Amino acid sequence: MAQFKMHLLVCGGTGCRASQSEIIVENLKSEIKNLGLENDAQVVITGCFGFCEKGPIVKIVPDNTFYTQVKPEDCAEIVREHILKGRKVKRLLYEDPETQKHIEDSKHMNFYQKQIRIALRNCGFIDPENIDEYIARDGYAALGNIITGMSPQEAIDIMKKSGLRGRGGGGFPTGIKWEIASKNKADQKYVVCNADEGDPGAFMDRSILEGDPHSVIEAMAICGYCIGATKGIVYIRAEYPLAIKRLKIAARQSRAYGLLGQDILGSGFSFDIELRYGAGAFVCGEETALIKSMEGLRGEPTVKPPFPAEKGYLGKPTNVNNVETFANVPAIFLKGAEWFSSIGTAKSKGTKVFALAGKINNVGLIEVPMGITLREVIFEIGGGIKDGKKFKAVQTGGPSGGCLTEKHLDTPIDFDNLIAAGSMMGSGGMIVMDEDDCMVSVAKFYLEFTVEESCGKCAPCRIGNKRLHEILEKICSGKGVEADIDYLKNLSRVIKDTALCGLGQTSPNPVLSTIECGACYEKCKFTAIHVQ
Amino acid sequence: MSALILQDCHKKTIEEICIYYKNDPGDLIKILHKAQTAFGYLPESVQREIAFHLKISVAKVYGVVTFYSFFTMTPKGKHPISVCMGTACYVRGAEKVLDELKDQLRIKVGGVTENGKFSLDCLRCVGACGLAPVLLIGEKVYGRVEASQIKGILDSYQD
Repeated sequence: MAQFKMHLLVCGGTGCRASQSEIIVENLKSEIKNLGLENDAQVVITGCFGFCEKGPIVKIVPDNTFYTQVKPEDCAEIVREHILKGRKVKRLLYEDPETQKHIEDSKHMNFYQKQIRIALRNCGFIDPENIDEYIARDGYAALGNIITGMSPQEAIDIMKKSGLRGRGGGGFPTGIKWEIASKNKADQKYVVCNADEGDPGAFMDRSILEGDPHSVIEAMAICGYCIGATKGIVYIRAEYPLAIKRLKIAARQSRAYGLLGQDILGSGFSFDIELRYGAGAFVCGEETALIKSMEGLRGEPTVKPPFPAEKGYLGKPTNVNNVETFANVPAIFLKGAEWFSSIGTAKSKGTKVFALAGKINNVGLIEVPMGITLREVIFEIGGGIKDGKKFKAVQTGGPSGGCLTEKHLDTPIDFDNLIAAGSMMGSGGMIVMDEDDCMVSVAKFYLEFTVEESCGKCAPCRIGNKRLHEILEKICSGKGVEADIDYLKNLSRVIKDTALCGLGQTSPNPVLSTIECGACYEKCKFTAIHVQ
Repeated sequence: MSALILQDCHKKTIEEICIYYKNDPGDLIKILHKAQTAFGYLPESVQREIAFHLKISVAKVYGVVTFYSFFTMTPKGKHPISVCMGTACYVRGAEKVLDELKDQLRIKVGGVTENGKFSLDCLRCVGACGLAPVLLIGEKVYGRVEASQIKGILDSYQD
C-alpha cells in the first residue's frame, strides 16, 4: 500500500451498495485518471464502516477524513479539492448534531470514540477481496505461529485463558468447547462456522464476512488444528450473495497461497473449507438443527446430549462456532489471552458487535467493550433518539430476547446482566424504540416470527407460541382483560420449561419482558400500555 | 401446486444438476437451490424428478422444500417485490408499506398479480437497516420508503 500518498476507502457493504457506492467508486477512479493522479491516490473498496445511517461513506486516509452521504456527482469535487489541492470538502464532512461543527477526523466522532474494534478490526480498513491487505495486517500470522510452534492443547489453553464466550447467543466458553471436541477421538472431525444469521434486524455476521472474510477462514483453520479436524464448512444464508462471493474469493486466494489445503506452511497440518447454503429457516441457527440442514434434511433440532462435539455432522465430532466468535480468534493469538481478558467484565471478556437500528440517530454497526452501559451505547455512540423523541425501550436478543427500559440504561452490558434483566445478549441486534412505539405490538411481531419459524417438532413451541400470539392479538385489538396476563405468564413458563431447543425455550422472552416492563414502569394494566 | 409438464430439456437440466452432486441425497438442499435458479420455482413435477434421481421418496423432497422459506412452489412475477420485515424496518413503518402494496396490487403476500407482472413477498432483513424501511423490486433496493411513494414506484415499471 505504501507507494500511494492517499487512499480513498469506499464502503462496499450491502447498505452502502444499495445507495450507489459502486458508481461512486467508478466516478472517483475516472476523476483520478482524468487528473493524472493514478500514482498518488488509490481507490479501495472496503467492508462496512459501521456508520450506515449516513452512507454511502468515503474515508480518506492517512488524514481520516470522513465524508458522509456522498453522491456520485460529488466525486469529481472530492478528487479535485481534497486529493489535488489538499482542501477538505466541508459540506460532505460529518456534522456533529450537537455542536453543528464539521468533524474533520473520524477519530473525534462520538460514534467511534467509545468503540473498541477487535472482530471488526479490518472492516472498513482493507480490501476484503485482496489477501495481501489482510496479510499486511498480520493476517495468517497467528495460524502460522500455532501450527509450526504450538501443540493443539497449548493453543486451546490460550483460548480458555482468554475467556472468549460464543457470540452467537449462547455464550458458551469457546476454549472449553474446543477442548471437548479435541478429546473425542474419531477418524474425521468437522469445524463448522455458523453464518446463518436469522435474527431480523441484525447484520453483524454478514458485515464481518463482507468486510474481513480471511479472519474467519484463519480462525477456522486454527480451530481445525486444535480439535484435529481437516474439514471446515461455512453454513451461510443464501440471502447473503455478497458475503458468499467474498468468502469464495478469500478461500481461493488462501488456497493459492498455501494457507488452506494440504500440508499448510510445511507443518503437516491440512485443512480446507467448503460452503453450504441455508435456505431461510431461523431454527437452523441452533447447532443441531444446522447440522441436520447440512445433511440435506429438514432443519429440525435433536435432543442434546449427544452434543455435536460428540456426534455431529454425519455422526462425527463437530465444533460449531458463530462468525463473530471466529473473527475474535486470530486477534487473541496475536495479542495474547491477557490482553483480551483485560477488556470487558468479570465473566464476559472482550467486546461485542451490535447492530444498532430502529429509532436512533446513528443506525449502524458498532463494537463495544463488554460492560459498557446501554446509555453510552444509545445516547453517545448512537447519538440519541431520532427527531428528539423520548426513549422508551431497547430490544436486544431478537426473537429470543426482551425489552429493556429506562431503569436498565445504566446496567453494564454483559451476558449475565442482560439475562438478569429479562433479556439476553443474543446475536447482537439492538432495536431502539421511542415513545410512539408500542411494545406489545413489537412482542407480537416477534411471536409472529417464532410461530412462522417454529419447526413443529415439539408441541410446546408449535402450539404454545401460537396460543401466545392469539392472546397478544386480542390485547392489541383492545379486547384484553387482566386475566390474560396471568395466562400469558403461565403459558410462557410452560413453553420455556418444556420446549426442545433454544428457539422454543427463549421464544416467550419478548412477552415476559413486555409484561415486566409494563408492570414496573407504567404501573398499569397490559392493555393500557397499548395506548397508541 | 401449479402444474408444470416437464419437457425433455427440463428433465435433462434436472438430471445434470443431480449428477453434478453425484446423486447424493446429502446435497439435496444444494440441488434444490440450483433447480430453483434454473426454473424460478420448484413445482411438483420438478420435485418428483429430483426424488427419482436421488432415489428418495417425493415426500422427503417435499418436506424439505416446504420447510425452508427460501424455496417456493409458485412462480414469481416478472418483477418480484420483497418487503423487508426485519425488526428495524418494522419499527420504521414497513407494515404500512406492505399494506399499501397489497391494496395497490390487490394481492396477498405470496401472491402474483393476474397479468404476472408483480409478485409480493416478505423477507427477513436485507441488512440495510440504515435505509429502513426497505423494499426490493428484483435486484433494485428502495430505501426509506413511505406508503405515499408506492404508486409512483409501481408506475415506473411500465413493461
